[in-house]
Amino acid sequence: MKTNNTADTFILLALRLITYAIVLVIGYILFDIIRHGATALNWQFISSFPRRSGAAGGIFPAIVGTFYLVIGTIAVSLPLGIGGAIYLAEYAEQNRFNTLIRLAIVTLAGVPSIVFGLFGLGIFVLFCGFGPSILAGSLTLACMVLPTIIVASEESLRAVPKGFRDASLALGATKWEMIRTNILPYSLSGMITGSILGIGRAAGETAPILLTVAAFYLPRLPKSVFDQVMALPYHLYILATQHPEADRIRHMQYGTALILLLLVLGLSLGAILIRTHFRKKYRW
Amino acid sequence: MVEQSIYPTDMEMVITASQVDFFYGPTQALFDISLLIPAKHVTALIGPSGCGKSTFLRCLNRMNDTIPHSRVEGTITINQKDIYAPGTDVVELRKEVGMVFQKSNPFPKSIFDNVAYGPRIHGEKDPKRLAEIVEQSLQQAAIWDEVKDRLHANAMGLSGGQQQRLCIARALAVGPKILLMDEPASALDPKSTMRIEDLIGELRTNYTIVIVTHNMQQAARVSDYTAFFYEGGLIECDATPKIFTNPRQKQTEDYITGRFG
Repeated sequence: MKTNNTADTFILLALRLITYAIVLVIGYILFDIIRHGATALNWQFISSFPRRSGAAGGIFPAIVGTFYLVIGTIAVSLPLGIGGAIYLAEYAEQNRFNTLIRLAIVTLAGVPSIVFGLFGLGIFVLFCGFGPSILAGSLTLACMVLPTIIVASEESLRAVPKGFRDASLALGATKWEMIRTNILPYSLSGMITGSILGIGRAAGETAPILLTVAAFYLPRLPKSVFDQVMALPYHLYILATQHPEADRIRHMQYGTALILLLLVLGLSLGAILIRTHFRKKYRW
Repeated sequence: MVEQSIYPTDMEMVITASQVDFFYGPTQALFDISLLIPAKHVTALIGPSGCGKSTFLRCLNRMNDTIPHSRVEGTITINQKDIYAPGTDVVELRKEVGMVFQKSNPFPKSIFDNVAYGPRIHGEKDPKRLAEIVEQSLQQAAIWDEVKDRLHANAMGLSGGQQQRLCIARALAVGPKILLMDEPASALDPKSTMRIEDLIGELRTNYTIVIVTHNMQQAARVSDYTAFFYEGGLIECDATPKIFTNPRQKQTEDYITGRFG
């Protein structure tokens, strides 16, 4: 490498500055949320029901609600998404129909979340008759994360070297035996990691749950999948924009934001741990 | 026309290919290949890159089935059974016809699990029997002494040459009669290559071996019969010493004397 190449030096410097700028912005947002939110954080905030329309008390039911929605979304989207990815990566031929399917999936990823909310309202809440419920909300969120899961899983499947496939088949494995024994074990970590990151993002979405599940206030926790729940993003949205005392309860808003952030970070951390675990197990 | 005259009359033929054409989509890769492969001998397929030797090899255990829009015409029989006949059980075929690839491809599992993979998917569950098969296969592939103390270590930790011999053991564990080898030593150093070649010499007493190689010295060293492929066609097939000393075709002579390829 030439050391006296000024253009190179300039580009390097510019790229470095851009990276720092991005990190700085994210860092500031995190710092701001933690600084304001930390004052609201205490055991009571996490463990008790809201009082005075969320101006006081805690956010316990919203945490539980978001937790249920995440579980519901995983339960619906993971099998569907991974199944779809296996079909696309391993079985689907390269023809016009399958190209159309791929195009649809990519397009789905770009659909605004409020449109998913409306779709969920139309299909799950009204047409299927689930009403505003955990079931309808989870199904809606699942639709929203499906493209992410399918794309991540398909990439992960395609990353498995051809040599493993050839060797399996040549030893007399059927296609499904090959997939089950010599592809899924190596690609599962990538699939789960990609999926959890997608679901983590969905957990913070307000629009899809606004019309399908979220309640502003419920005096008790949900008892079945057909009940409504409170949820962190929606609670935050109400506190920050719809609440009559919005200006005076900043700490409650930041506290909620911080909890939501921790939840998403927790999911991402889980994804990273799963990945490192499997990376150690299967190396090639 | 299948040439029989080059083989002793009482020799048993395991594989018969007659008038085989192969197509990758609209591109024809093999033209009218007719070839006999004798039992318990080593047959080498040689020729320049892209001549169709690997494609032909992969027709013999139907590995080309996995390539979309590919098509085989003509007949290939193994033990008098047409392997492309409708209703052929590809799994049974591949149990009978093992394959070793150019790039060693052990699974990222333990050495034991690699060798036990085949028997397991074919339903062998008895741990004692599995252990027997694994030991026997590793012995046959001349790698047992090197790995017997670390059967449960990851196979990825082995050297390239050891990995390739492990892959041979893994193929043998299924109990094939025929072993297809697709340039099994081309990615290995000379010493590892020699060990593979010695191994082929040992295996030929019990197995029918078809080996693709672009290394003519290797073909001369390990094989009994050599088939020369060029541009998708079979130019000639004969006893190896004859091919290398007194070929009938000019193209063969040009190739083995290094005039092209």
